[in-house]
Amino acid sequence: MRRLLIVAIPYLWLLAFFLVPFVIVLKISLSDTALARPPYFPQLDLYAGWTGVRDFLSGLDLENFAFLATDALYWKAYLSSLRIAAVSTLIALLVGYPIAYAMARANQSWRPTLLMLVILPFWISFLIRVYSWMGILGQEGYLNQLLIGVGIISDPLTILNTNVAVYIGIVYTYLPFMVLPIYASLGRMDESLLEAAEDLGCSRFQAFRLVTLPLSRPGIIAGCFLVFIPAIGEFVIPSLLGGSGTLMIGKVLWEEFFSNRDWPVASAVAIVLLLILIVPIIIFQRNEQRRQEAES
Amino acid sequence: MSEPARFAPWEDPDAKPLIRFRGVTKRFGTFTAIDGIDLDIFESEFFALLGPSGCGKTTLMRILAGFEDPTEGSILLDGNDLAGAPPNKRSTNMMFQSYALFPHLSVFDNIAFGLRRDRLPAGEVRARTEEMMALVKLQDLTDRRPHQISGGQRQRVALARALAKAPRLLLLDEPLGALDKKLRRETQFELMDIQERTGTTFVIVTHDQEEAMTVATRVAVMDHGRIAQVADPTGIYEAPNSTYVADFIGDVNIMKGRATPADGTVSIEWAEGQPALRCATELRLEKGVTAFIAIRPEKVSISSRRPGNSPNAVAGRVLDIAYLGNVSTYHVEIAGGQVIKAQTANTDRVARQEFTWEENVWLYWSETAGIVLER
Amino acid sequence: MRRFGWFNATSLTLGLAFLYLPVVILVIYSFNASKLVTVWAGFSTKWYGELFRNEAFLDAAWVTLKVAFLSSTLATALGTMAAHVLVRAGRFPGRTLFSGVIYAPLVMPEVITGLSLLLLFIGIGLDRGVLTIVLAHTTFSMCYVSVVVSSRLVTFDRSLEEAALDLGCTPFDAFRLVTLPIIAPAVVSGWLLAFTLSLDDLVIASFTSGPSATTLPIKIFSSVRLGVSPEINALSTILIAIVSIGVIAASLASKRSAIRGQRDRRSAVRVP
Repeated sequence: MRRLLIVAIPYLWLLAFFLVPFVIVLKISLSDTALARPPYFPQLDLYAGWTGVRDFLSGLDLENFAFLATDALYWKAYLSSLRIAAVSTLIALLVGYPIAYAMARANQSWRPTLLMLVILPFWISFLIRVYSWMGILGQEGYLNQLLIGVGIISDPLTILNTNVAVYIGIVYTYLPFMVLPIYASLGRMDESLLEAAEDLGCSRFQAFRLVTLPLSRPGIIAGCFLVFIPAIGEFVIPSLLGGSGTLMIGKVLWEEFFSNRDWPVASAVAIVLLLILIVPIIIFQRNEQRRQEAES
Repeated sequence: MSEPARFAPWEDPDAKPLIRFRGVTKRFGTFTAIDGIDLDIFESEFFALLGPSGCGKTTLMRILAGFEDPTEGSILLDGNDLAGAPPNKRSTNMMFQSYALFPHLSVFDNIAFGLRRDRLPAGEVRARTEEMMALVKLQDLTDRRPHQISGGQRQRVALARALAKAPRLLLLDEPLGALDKKLRRETQFELMDIQERTGTTFVIVTHDQEEAMTVATRVAVMDHGRIAQVADPTGIYEAPNSTYVADFIGDVNIMKGRATPADGTVSIEWAEGQPALRCATELRLEKGVTAFIAIRPEKVSISSRRPGNSPNAVAGRVLDIAYLGNVSTYHVEIAGGQVIKAQTANTDRVARQEFTWEENVWLYWSETAGIVLER
Repeated sequence: MRRFGWFNATSLTLGLAFLYLPVVILVIYSFNASKLVTVWAGFSTKWYGELFRNEAFLDAAWVTLKVAFLSSTLATALGTMAAHVLVRAGRFPGRTLFSGVIYAPLVMPEVITGLSLLLLFIGIGLDRGVLTIVLAHTTFSMCYVSVVVSSRLVTFDRSLEEAALDLGCTPFDAFRLVTLPIIAPAVVSGWLLAFTLSLDDLVIASFTSGPSATTLPIKIFSSVRLGVSPEINALSTILIAIVSIGVIAASLASKRSAIRGQRDRRSAVRVP
């Protein structure tokens, strides 16, 4: 009896607050916008019995999805989200790999401290960390002050409210997610493998390319997806650091809902976003499984 | 002058077993871990379940403890069916292979854990725990945590904890597996001593035949979920009932051939053009059936000349010599290519290498040295 | 042992500088006397004073703490149960769906989670306020708790529970007396994670909060949208200080207990 309860409580909670809401989003994405409260149509009228259900079902259609396909704003936003996420992931990899590599090569007694230093920012508020770049990248920001002060430039650079600022923001906030899995795969590596490679005639660089890099591949893949997947749906970074030209789907969904009050279209945007995310999520899960098998 | 009474309740038809397995079978999906086992274990026995890994010995023990339910059959403890009794309601206790000491509790609290579950008064818990700590000689470690003591000490804590509730039956799952060889030998004798002093019935699971032979009153050799043989250590070693048991316990030479029975003996034709081997047996074999002779290497003698009046003599060539200090084992290739092992005790310190590689030798043994087996 | 090398030293220094410089600058400029955030005009703590006189911020902070405390506690209870089910329950009908809904919120974009929960609350006619934020935060942070706790449970030696049962515990007692004390560090870090996630969340809270309940991130967001402000710098500094002290203290405590464990083991070898 107690056993059943332990299964049932978390199960029912997740069904009620995770799965049911999804069904609702799906339903509303198939409804039409209406100037009413709530602002969509049809409403399920259970008091009308079977005819109510039939009327309700016949009122559902794919109109909103057709609308998403025809309005360039949406598919451009999806494409631009994917591009921004991909570019940021690549930059994060280039920045993160050397850090993870250096951590894995550091003295054993230093590693826990370094690990803590990389994790600590993760505990500091995400919002604050994004906000901290606003002061740096602005027209009168610290970066421009420094560059002008040193004499490299004479006119301030425009970085804030551009895509560049969004890249910087994503790389900055998600960098620990890139560093940690790579560090984990490098840290497990036996150093005598490199000595063996050099003993067999590899140069240092060849040893890195032929031994270290392939062995850290699962960590690289995991790190890339851990940055890429959440970056696609990001809202805070494009709205604080991006400009009017920055198109990201998270922001579009937010505005569709809060500014236009178009619930059906917002729901349709959410459903399509989910469909786009399924592929990278499945690849990521596969990689994680292989990583766990390799560990055991 | 009278001999002390031999402890052998299994030979007494009136003795009531403490534990009785009746047709116990356990399946995991399509895999049969335990296959129709019937077995009696008596009060105050030190009973060993011996077998290679995967033979079902651990499953059998977990069924006794109540962690697994048998798929078929029943187990009686003192004549009462144990079916449906959860582990916490059974008067059996278990010493785990990993010891399973609670890392967050001190040595004292670990040993007292089971007593406190019975809601005994604090004074009684303390007295019994201290008694147990004295029994396993751990009085000085009361407040230590499990990670602060050595492997041998942990093993004693686990034993004391399992014994504290004075169970009817103590189950020991590879209790000495984590200790090094020397400590294991010492601990085997301590285990026997404690078993004798407390009079508790012990059932031990082990894959180490030497350990089983040392500690147990009886040994059950298991194979693929079945019991191959149950006997006392001498019986298992000297009178195995199958080549599987003979081969599992110690070193053995097994020769296969066709039987020709005679009065009280049997002749085995084992190779074309070689004289048949004679062996005493009580088995009644049909003429011409396939049979085996199992001979321990220490019962095979080796000589450079043909022995005069031995019933069994075989010529061969020395392939290998393994000098082990106390004994030397000669690997001798005989007709048909089979390799027979012969062992000689090195009783003199000045080693006199009698035989060398490639030398032609004779192996010989008496009629009662080997045992005839049907399978 | 290989040489650490100048390349490694450089990339580590630059990497850590990149991670910490923005935060350090933010902290320094929170003590700036000037209203213009980016122009240094001498040391002052006046923005901290302003902050503590700002009723709206204080109210939001109180709401945030309340929500974080309630949701992380609920999430810890539910997440620990879920972890136990994932690791221990074996097969039961709907298991695949169960592990699916446990992991899904981890990769779900916040905008979608927020939107769907809001639509649910409207659908069942629940007024948006502290309660709805608590429900929303509990739902996504229980998944994080269950991941943390189940990774500890996977390495948990099951024979410890069996030993407890063997010594007379009921299954519930075995959990209470043996399992829970041993996995407690994982449960505590799960709670801390849930607490921080709740403190930090802007998107889901924005969807599920009503006019009666504004959390600190919502307040910060609406104010920084208009640009950098010295008051927000001061507020950020306070939050950063609290988190840093907490994390450093926790890691020092765990390090000390690890060292003590090692010392104990060494002395155990000496004392027969």
